[in-house]
Amino acid sequence: MANIKQLSELPQRLSPGHSMCGGCGATIAVRQILMGAGKTPVVCSAATGCLEVSTTTFPFTSWEGGFIHNTFQSSAATMSGVEAAFRGLKRAGKIPADKDIKFVAFGGDGGTYDIGLQALSGALERGHDFLYVCYDNGAYMNTGIQRSGATPYSAWTTTSEVGDAVPGKRHFEKDLTSIVAAHHIPYAAQASISNWNDLVTKATKAMDIDGPTFLNVLAPCPRGWRVPFDQAVEIAKLGVQTNYWPLYEVENDVWKLTENRRKLPIEDFLRPQGRFRHLFKPGNEHLIKEFQTNVDRHYAYLQARVAGSEAYKDALEEAGLPLISDDGLALESGSVQPFQQ
Amino acid sequence: MPDVTVLASSGDQMVAEAFRQANPDVLPVYPITPQTIIVEEFDKFVAQGKVHTEFVPVESEHSAMAAAIGASAAGARTVTATASQGLAYMWEELYVAAGMRLPIVMANANRALSAPINIHGDHSDIMGCRDTGWIMYFAENAQEAYDDTLMAFRVAEHPDVMLPVATTLDGFITSHALERCELLDDETVAAFVGEYKPERSLLDTDNPNSFGMFANLGNFYMETKLAMRKAMEGSLDIIKSVGKEFEAVSGRPFEVVKTYGTEDAERVIVVMGSSIGNVRHVAKQLRAKGEKVGVVGLRVFRPFPSNELVAALKDAKAIAVMDRCETVGGQGGPLWQETAAALQSVGITTPTRDYMYGLGGADVTVQLIEEIFEDLKTLEADKAAGKVADVTYKGNR
Repeated sequence: MANIKQLSELPQRLSPGHSMCGGCGATIAVRQILMGAGKTPVVCSAATGCLEVSTTTFPFTSWEGGFIHNTFQSSAATMSGVEAAFRGLKRAGKIPADKDIKFVAFGGDGGTYDIGLQALSGALERGHDFLYVCYDNGAYMNTGIQRSGATPYSAWTTTSEVGDAVPGKRHFEKDLTSIVAAHHIPYAAQASISNWNDLVTKATKAMDIDGPTFLNVLAPCPRGWRVPFDQAVEIAKLGVQTNYWPLYEVENDVWKLTENRRKLPIEDFLRPQGRFRHLFKPGNEHLIKEFQTNVDRHYAYLQARVAGSEAYKDALEEAGLPLISDDGLALESGSVQPFQQ
Repeated sequence: MPDVTVLASSGDQMVAEAFRQANPDVLPVYPITPQTIIVEEFDKFVAQGKVHTEFVPVESEHSAMAAAIGASAAGARTVTATASQGLAYMWEELYVAAGMRLPIVMANANRALSAPINIHGDHSDIMGCRDTGWIMYFAENAQEAYDDTLMAFRVAEHPDVMLPVATTLDGFITSHALERCELLDDETVAAFVGEYKPERSLLDTDNPNSFGMFANLGNFYMETKLAMRKAMEGSLDIIKSVGKEFEAVSGRPFEVVKTYGTEDAERVIVVMGSSIGNVRHVAKQLRAKGEKVGVVGLRVFRPFPSNELVAALKDAKAIAVMDRCETVGGQGGPLWQETAAALQSVGITTPTRDYMYGLGGADVTVQLIEEIFEDLKTLEADKAAGKVADVTYKGNR
């Protein structure tokens, strides 16, 4: 559990003076997550996007630690190279063996759900020791609010327009966190900027693990969601309370819901947002119903994963098998137990 | 004197040996024909504990270059290898590597690009990257592929250069065929290549740096490009001096532009890569018959060695350029364009003609080269008659 007084005393990793919009969810996410590193040095990467362009306008940078931006789809691949260098240079004796650095790769939902998914999957499979954070604002916001694989059903964006023929986005969003969890990495979780304690606790946990870890963080974009600039945290909270964005973690393949939430109807999350305005026109009730059905179905899916995890643990115990992290395998790529050829 | 091991080796295997001897800190790589032998051989060195390299078997060439960029920015000596579609796939990353001034060394087994799919040697892939800011060597044979790769570290990591270097070898002809090669001993190579000491590193947590920033305002973008141009132009002298140093170590001569018979040649062929030897062979035979022919082979294409090329061509009466890369719709292939521009820039109006040959590994025969030398006899008359020197295909059905 994070203590807000202690957190307030930690070094700021992202300096003010950047040009992100007022009330931007992404910067809140970055600042909270990097608190999870405590006082250990952090090296970050970011995919091309708002976070990168607004924090590194040459010759200024807001990043207090090392930072690299490469291309849109390559935050995970780039960070895997950085992390590989850390190990290679240690092995060569060019970096002290006891030096500690936390590595954190950031990407938006466009750079993670869509164009960067392959690079992320490869990095997870290879077992690199870094935390990947997707700050999910549900569209390509940097290029002007275009739909992504994370854009919610029926939402308006500039490439899921609302007109007489089409009522916004026609597809449900991709379940990225489950996709990541299917890599059987030590830790994957879903969090929100509205629940700071849960978020920082998860970030700390993820960074303390030796191996690939993942956070999918709800980080509203007031511009794209069409809410007032002071409402990013509030709307994220409603996302959690309506189960649009359930908070959970998958630790060693064991699924767990991490917050007791008030269950509110999905309208409470949709109504304040201009991108869903058309849903509330008479005759469009079915769209809200479909949205609610999908939210409820996904929550039932998560509950089933939680219940199934108990059965999974029992099965492991019965067979005398360890949880994936407990045998130390596949966590630090490149390290192998002594063996005979 | 260094200990030299003489062996029968493919070009790919020699590149893998050069990588082993340079002992890189990180090698991210993805397999693609005809580069695969490099990956396979190097991974054996990793498995045998002969290198300290962190081998990163990535899921694509895009990620190979992305990881190389991350590793190099982190201060690691970083190498990779690719070919063809793989090089095309990492294209946007090539600009990033050069723009960030990262001294990555990459071997490319030059190969045709789809469609139609073809795995054999030509220069379509590497020529697609000629403006990315990478220094480019073209090996004539397996020995040069090894030598170029060792020299590449010295050039890339030179503080006045700090640009990535591609050492290229022609697919299959050089990458796979076995040739007599000489391998220097590890100590000699280690002393020659030296250790990479980065000026800036992502892992220097006491002096943090931001890499890959947003240069959108003012004219910072243009400034970085000008700085790259100057570094690239200046690199030619460093390529030459490193080449001379290597010459002293290996006993093998190094010239950025290799000439044969140009002291009195009237008809000259300009060519790169594995075909240099073929053309030289034909030229030898023709000169034995008293024909005044010559050969100019480029070992370095970026930076383009204009002055050296002009010096080699200034007395020729007719010049053929052999291009192994189509520029469909362009006035000629990349080597012809650069050659014509270099001659023009000093007011030389010798007639030239571009010959497209060997695309997708099409055979480069003695007859084909003889035809080109023969063609050159009429080039001046054609020009006087106002005939445009069109791109001429050789060796097609």
